[in-house]
Amino acid sequence: MEAIAYITEEEILSMLQEVKDPEIPRVSVVELGMITGIKIDKDNRVEIKMTPTFAGCPAVDILKTEIKNKILELPVVDVEVKVDFDVQWSSDMITEEGRKHLKEAGFALPQHLHNEFVTIDLLTNVECPFCGSKKTRLRNPFGPTLCRAIHYCDACSQAFEQFKPV
Amino acid sequence: MSEGILDTEHSKAIKNLLFRMADDELILGHRNSEWTGLGPILEEDIAFSSMAQDKLGHAQALYNILNSMGEKDADTLAFTRNEKNFYCCHFVEYPIRDYDFSLMRHFLFDTSEAIRFDMLTKSSLEPLANLAKKVRGELKYHTMHANIWINQLGKATDESNIRMQAALNECYPLALGIFEKSDYENILIEAGVFDGEELLQKVWTDIVSEILEKANLKIPVINESGLSTLSFGGRKGYHTEYLQPLLDEMTEVYSIDPSAEW
Repeated sequence: MEAIAYITEEEILSMLQEVKDPEIPRVSVVELGMITGIKIDKDNRVEIKMTPTFAGCPAVDILKTEIKNKILELPVVDVEVKVDFDVQWSSDMITEEGRKHLKEAGFALPQHLHNEFVTIDLLTNVECPFCGSKKTRLRNPFGPTLCRAIHYCDACSQAFEQFKPV
Repeated sequence: MSEGILDTEHSKAIKNLLFRMADDELILGHRNSEWTGLGPILEEDIAFSSMAQDKLGHAQALYNILNSMGEKDADTLAFTRNEKNFYCCHFVEYPIRDYDFSLMRHFLFDTSEAIRFDMLTKSSLEPLANLAKKVRGELKYHTMHANIWINQLGKATDESNIRMQAALNECYPLALGIFEKSDYENILIEAGVFDGEELLQKVWTDIVSEILEKANLKIPVINESGLSTLSFGGRKGYHTEYLQPLLDEMTEVYSIDPSAEW
C-alpha cells in the first residue's frame, strides 16, 4: 500500500510561524512561546495546544481559528486546537527570534524573570527601544493591551511601550 | 455506594468554590470596567480597564473548569443565571461610587485574590492549580498598583488621607464578606483543594494591616454583630439590591439575542 505523506512537527511549526499576533503582526505565536504542544497521529490528525500570554487575552479565539485554518492548508485529516494552562506562559518563553522582532516593532523587551515575580525595581529600570538610554520612567504598568506597559524616555522625549515581564 | 455519595459531595464542594471565585471576578470585573472613559486621570482609566479585562479572563477560565465538570459553557453561566444562583460576595456588587471607594475595594479585594490564587497553586485540583500558577504573576501587577496608590494617597495631603480613611471605614466591614464560609469548607480542606477561608483571612489581615499602617490609615473597629446581612449572605445566594440591576444591564444584549456576536 502506498504510504500517505506524513506531516512532520517541523512542517506544522513552519506554518505556525505565519500566524502572527493580531496586535503585533511582527511576531508569530511560535516566537511568543504560546504553542505548548503538537501531536500528530498516524492518520495525520493534528492536535495543537496553546496557552494565552494573559488569561484575559481577547485575541485567543481569533488565534485559535487562524491556527486551525493555517494547518488545514497542509494535507491533514483534522486539526484540533486546545487552549489550557497546563504549561503557564511567561515572557521568558518568548524566543530569541521573537525578542528580535519585538524590538524591531519598537517595543522595550521584558526582562528575564527566571520564575521570579515582577518587581517595581524591574519595571522602572527599562531601556528606551529608540535611543538606548536608561533615563526612562514608568508611566503606567497597564497599557493598550494586557501584555504592554507604558514608559517615557527623558533622553529622547519619546513615550514607548514595553512587552511586560510576567 | 458510600463512595459515590462522597464523590458527589466532593464535586459539589469544588463547583461551589469555583462559582464563588468566578462570580466575584465577573462582577468586580464588570464594576471596574465602569471606570472606562471616566477615570480620574488617563493612566487610571487604562489601569482599571486592564484590570477589568484580566478579571473577566480569570472568570472565563474558572467557568471553563466548571464546564469541564459538566456545567454549561462560560457564556451561558455568566449571562443566564439570576441573582439567586450567583455566589459572589456583597463587596463586589456595590456601585463604583467615588474613586477612593473603588481604589480601596481594589486594594482589599485584589490582595485577597492574590493570596487565594497563591494558596491554590498547591490545590489537588490540577486545572485549578495550573490556572493559579498562571494568574498569580498577572495579579502582581494589580497588587503593585493598589499598594502604590494606597501608600501615596494615605500620606499625600490631609484631604487625601481623610478620604482614604473614610473609604477604608466603609470598605473594611464589607471586605470581610469575601471570607464567608460555605457549607463545603471542611470538604475542600480535607481534599486538599483549598486551605480554607479562615487561613486566607488570617494571611490577608496581616498583609493589609502592614500596608495600611505604613500609609497612616487605621483599620476601623468592627462591631461584628452589626455585620451579618451587610457583609454576608452572598456565598449562599442572598445579595444586595445592586446585583440584579447589574446582571440585567450586563445581559441586555444576550437576552435580546443569545446568538448575537459582538
